Amino acid sequence: MKDANTDRPLLEIQNLEKRFDLDHGFLETLKFKKGKFVRETRSVHAVNNITLDANRGEALCVVGESGCGKSTVARLVAGLLTPTAGEIRYDGQRIDNLSRGEMQPLRKKIQMIFQNPYASLNPRMTIRQALEEPVRHHFPNASAAEVRDKVTEVMLSVGVDPSWAKRYPHEFSGGQRQRIAIARALTVDPEFIIADEPISALDVSIQAQVLNLMLEAKESRGLTYLFITHDLSVVEHFGTRVAVLYLGSVCEIADTATLFSSPKHPYTRALLSAVPQLKDDRPNHIRLKGEIPTPINLPTGCPFQSRCSFADARCKSEKPKAIHQPDGSLVACHAVEEDRLDAVAAG
Amino acid sequence: MSLLSVRDLTVKFAMRDQTVTALNGISFDLAKGERLGIVGESGAGKSITGFSLMNLLSRPGFIDSGQILFDGEDVVQMNDKRLRNLRGNRMAMIFQDPMVTLNPVLTIGQQMIETLMAHRKLSREEARQIAIVKLREVYIPSPEERLEQYPHELSGGMRQRIIIAIALLLDPQLIIADEPTTALDVTIQADIMELMLELCQSNQVGLILITHDLGVVSQMTERTLVMYAGRIIEAGRTREIINDPQHPYTQGLINALPQQTVPGQRLKQIPGNMPGLASIPQGCAFNPRCKYATDLCRSRVPEIVQYGEVAVACHEVQRLHSDEDRQEARA
Repeated sequence: MKDANTDRPLLEIQNLEKRFDLDHGFLETLKFKKGKFVRETRSVHAVNNITLDANRGEALCVVGESGCGKSTVARLVAGLLTPTAGEIRYDGQRIDNLSRGEMQPLRKKIQMIFQNPYASLNPRMTIRQALEEPVRHHFPNASAAEVRDKVTEVMLSVGVDPSWAKRYPHEFSGGQRQRIAIARALTVDPEFIIADEPISALDVSIQAQVLNLMLEAKESRGLTYLFITHDLSVVEHFGTRVAVLYLGSVCEIADTATLFSSPKHPYTRALLSAVPQLKDDRPNHIRLKGEIPTPINLPTGCPFQSRCSFADARCKSEKPKAIHQPDGSLVACHAVEEDRLDAVAAG
Repeated sequence: MSLLSVRDLTVKFAMRDQTVTALNGISFDLAKGERLGIVGESGAGKSITGFSLMNLLSRPGFIDSGQILFDGEDVVQMNDKRLRNLRGNRMAMIFQDPMVTLNPVLTIGQQMIETLMAHRKLSREEARQIAIVKLREVYIPSPEERLEQYPHELSGGMRQRIIIAIALLLDPQLIIADEPTTALDVTIQADIMELMLELCQSNQVGLILITHDLGVVSQMTERTLVMYAGRIIEAGRTREIINDPQHPYTQGLINALPQQTVPGQRLKQIPGNMPGLASIPQGCAFNPRCKYATDLCRSRVPEIVQYGEVAVACHEVQRLHSDEDRQEARA
């Protein structure tokens, strides 16, 4: 189709920012300080200056703990939120400033799968209605038979028996509902799927089924994924590249294998060491001081400084930039840049 | 003598049109200070087991038969007064969601002091001092100030620490923790797990840890029960179960984890779903999902019997093993 563009990333996110204002309206912004009224708006800095891209056929995973802004990134890319600053490009076209109408053709290419299959399916629509609706909407010229065939084909491909089409969502288990949610995303033949914690609400044996299904869809349809998760073992299995977020900023971006074999950022290291291991009964995790600070009024300097054991004066004053490492990973950390990490560990 | 001894516990739920069996002949023991994990997927009956141990089931659920001997006394037969003394005082429970467990309209101090004064003859000031000591034990910074705060002012990890402090308030002999870290982030989860391990070990408190996470069980417990559709299907030392699971379901559960497969390859999934309580299959409940199932499995429920280091409820465990041995011999 657009062969000239194939070496260009499918999704490009540049200096993306999103702030949510906490104080709305004139009266809420009024504060009484030092004897006089001043206007002041507090806001949650959910995403701060994130630059990221995803190549065709890639499964880019975004990981981090609650409040790190990973779901906000997903929603910004899906066009469900408007960025405060920065650009999002899809296939070379800028998509963050499109109107609803202009966004329509892209909605067919970019589909989203949500965490909770109990909330993402309309309880009053049968499975057939839920699956046919997006096809009718995006292919208004398709005949009833074509729509039906398409839905049947997709249902078969995700392992949902087409004879269940007359049933309602409450008649299905969580794993089956998530299959149906995936089927709904696939009915319009998308190129790009944003999956926000798609397996977190499911049991272990069902997680494996759904993850396998997503891998199959990736191979057979050549899909590109933006996969949001907090579960690092899933990332290692599913992702081709990983971005680690902390408090709305990128700590580290690397190929999955590189990230898991040689994590560099102190936060990535702590995160990896905290995952409970099966075969190792001596938990030996890197303990982080304190907890994630609030994203209102962010500290200057590195967002991770308050919990980092390597933080020094520079970390407190200057926000680290992402720097390329010899093995291709991008790391935003002064201590890594100055080679202080392993020196301390060795000494 | 063991601290807790459960014998043939059967729990049923009386629904409008039928009575379903949620727990079917559960038996296990827990020694003083021992840490036991109960693993399974949703619907396996692990939380029901936790509730039953404290006799906390409410209608439509009820204990149909069986004994729960705690320190030699049957919890099932206890009157309300004895139960009040048992709950909180000798057995405490920690739940998954710290926001729901704490009362949002009372300060942390009110909740802790109230608990202490309800169970012990203490003055308000004495109770306050004990509360402060307990908060310190769970590494809460500046506990005096925390006592004045409301739950919503604290982070999730901090709240779960406070719930652990409340559970330990009356020095119980046993803590039942139902998915205590599931709602928390991994780094916080690691902290809380370390804390619970340390407190249980130093105070000789028994722990029953109910979870779906095999990694958590592996790090926290000495023994493990694996449950499926209301029965214990495998029991033994945690190390043995994780390293060499015998029951096809336990094997499937461990093999389904992403860590067990080369990245990018298909995960080894277990087909199908856990059956609902109203439609538990005849014979072994796992048979429709089991690749080793025979006619015997489809007709008779397997007894749980000792097999090597662990106890397993599977008709085919012998054959399973000879299969493996054959494969090993060939390799």
